[in-house]
Amino acid sequence: MTIAMVDGEGVSFRQRAGRWWPVVVLAPSLLASFVYVVVFTLWTLYISLSNSGLLPSYGFVGLENYASLWANRRWNIAYNNLFFFSAFYILGSMAVGLLLAILIDQRVKGEALWRTIFLYPLAVSFIVTGTVWSWLYNPADGVQMLVRSLGWESFSFALASDRNTAIYAVIITGIWQSSGFAMALFLAGLRSVDPDLVKAAQIDGASAFRTYRKVILPTIAPIFLAVAVVQIQFAIKTFDLVAALTRGGPGVSTTFPAIYVYDLMFQRGQIGEGAAAAMMMLAALAVVLVPYSFFVVWRRRRESRHG
Amino acid sequence: MSSLVIRSLRKNYGAHEVLKGVDLEAQEGEFIALVGPSGCGKSTLLSMIAGLETVTSGEIRIGGRLVNSVPPKDRDIAMVFQSYALYPTMTARENITFGMESRGVPKAERDAAVKRVAALLQIEALLGRKPGQLSGGQRQRVAMGRALVRDPKLFLFDEPLSNLDAKLRVEMRTEIKKLHHRVGKTTIYVTHDQVEAMTLASRIAVMHRGELQQFAEPHVTYNRPTNMFVAGFMGSPSMNFIPAQLTRADDRVAVTFPLADGGSAVLPLATDVAAERIGRAVVLGVRPEHLSRYDAEIHARKPGIATLSAPVEVVEPTGAETIAVLRFGALEVVGRFEPDSAPRMGERIRLGVDMTRACLFDPETQRLI
Repeated sequence: MTIAMVDGEGVSFRQRAGRWWPVVVLAPSLLASFVYVVVFTLWTLYISLSNSGLLPSYGFVGLENYASLWANRRWNIAYNNLFFFSAFYILGSMAVGLLLAILIDQRVKGEALWRTIFLYPLAVSFIVTGTVWSWLYNPADGVQMLVRSLGWESFSFALASDRNTAIYAVIITGIWQSSGFAMALFLAGLRSVDPDLVKAAQIDGASAFRTYRKVILPTIAPIFLAVAVVQIQFAIKTFDLVAALTRGGPGVSTTFPAIYVYDLMFQRGQIGEGAAAAMMMLAALAVVLVPYSFFVVWRRRRESRHG
Repeated sequence: MSSLVIRSLRKNYGAHEVLKGVDLEAQEGEFIALVGPSGCGKSTLLSMIAGLETVTSGEIRIGGRLVNSVPPKDRDIAMVFQSYALYPTMTARENITFGMESRGVPKAERDAAVKRVAALLQIEALLGRKPGQLSGGQRQRVAMGRALVRDPKLFLFDEPLSNLDAKLRVEMRTEIKKLHHRVGKTTIYVTHDQVEAMTLASRIAVMHRGELQQFAEPHVTYNRPTNMFVAGFMGSPSMNFIPAQLTRADDRVAVTFPLADGGSAVLPLATDVAAERIGRAVVLGVRPEHLSRYDAEIHARKPGIATLSAPVEVVEPTGAETIAVLRFGALEVVGRFEPDSAPRMGERIRLGVDMTRACLFDPETQRLI
């Protein structure tokens, strides 16, 4: 009994230390993310309401910057491009990624090799991707020249040089870059499905297509959501890919909000309006991410309730 | 009529032989248990019957029809999986009707079938729930409902109770037995639990290392096991194997083996079957419950009781019975006693051995003599 008493104090000290230790370890990164995320977001919000020009200044001008932003045709194109690009880029890379994952899941030979090949573009930076694809799209020395040199003289491939189709060139390049990432997540999901489910469906007489559509894919639905959320924030931040691929052109046809923000802030010295544009990008992200995080919390609560 | 016939069935994975020529036959309405330790090939055999694994060589016939290359859905079978394999995104009702939908059964017929099966399994109240909202036992019922609704020629069960806790397992075991009695369909039931096999099956197929060791009624498998593997696998605590010598004592064939005190025991056999082996080594197999405290009054009236005494090393009361570890020479022998007549720790007990139930094995071939 006495021994237990003496020991008791030591244990309680260790317990107290044990409770605080995680906080101590996490503090620096928590502080850094607080400063970089919350403080700078609030600062940007304030700047967007100020009369900042080349340098920040703090004269309050209300929503003036936003008004001038939305009056600009180029911004409107950029904002529309963002939604158009995001929709096709996300759906496209998910569709391609899912298809690749399903094909690899059929126990193909050399699976590791295929996986590496498809995942590789993700290891390449957007700048490199953009640059390489800009060569491919270039009529003078890209795909068009290759096909013509093979003898098809009238072949024409100038996706990136036409203001009406340049956005598709960006979408295709984006899909090429990130469908491997989607594939990796989907493949992990497909592999996590209980093989007995597939056997049960086989005995139930479901075709392969029906098995995927009704049994396997619904089971990995959370992965679709996760892939989409990751892709959305890629899409909204799109800057380097476009910068390297089309430089926002031809004309303003592939201008994106991130490029526009960069232009305003660092090329034209309109920090106030640039901050307003940045806040609009944040709004676009929040439209997606806020409902998603509510959904995640709701699902966790529901799961814990059902044990 | 036999509803399942298996002839010299083999399965290889590359150079590795999983099944080495299995023959099996199930009569209409029979309940066959495939039992054996893990890796014995029983689950592979079941998967091959279901059509989920290909056949290397041999024949599988269901209802007289050769099904070696028939896809699972056309074999007229239903299967209950160890993990239940319920579709997690569907409700219990959708799980049960999924197969019928796949086969294009009209809705009215589907509803009637669900109603019938739900009533049979008493799961009406659960039909709207998803598997995640069901307990283990409830999932088990829904999984059985999915199998029952098909009204197949053959039911396949792959260790369906091994994910349940002990109490529920016993309850569900009884349920399955009742259900089989009511539905009367031929059933193949894979388990590693010999108690399940004993309680449920009309015949037990004991497998080991890809070979069928014995295929017989439960009481035959238990009382006359064909070899030492079957003898040791069936029954818990398992049968005691005592290396011994065959001799002649008082005009009868007897076994003799050394005891802890330096003397030796001489137990006359109940029959003279092994007379031609006198002087050779044998293995005496005695089940724990065939040892008891010797009681002159009771045992005098029973034929074939041999006696010896042995020290008691460990006593483990379980309530209904008491398990005791006794020392026979270098061997530890387990006995199962009535709590009233149970030995005490350290006691030297005089035992009665029921030699009418004892088995003799050939130490080389390990086969029953």
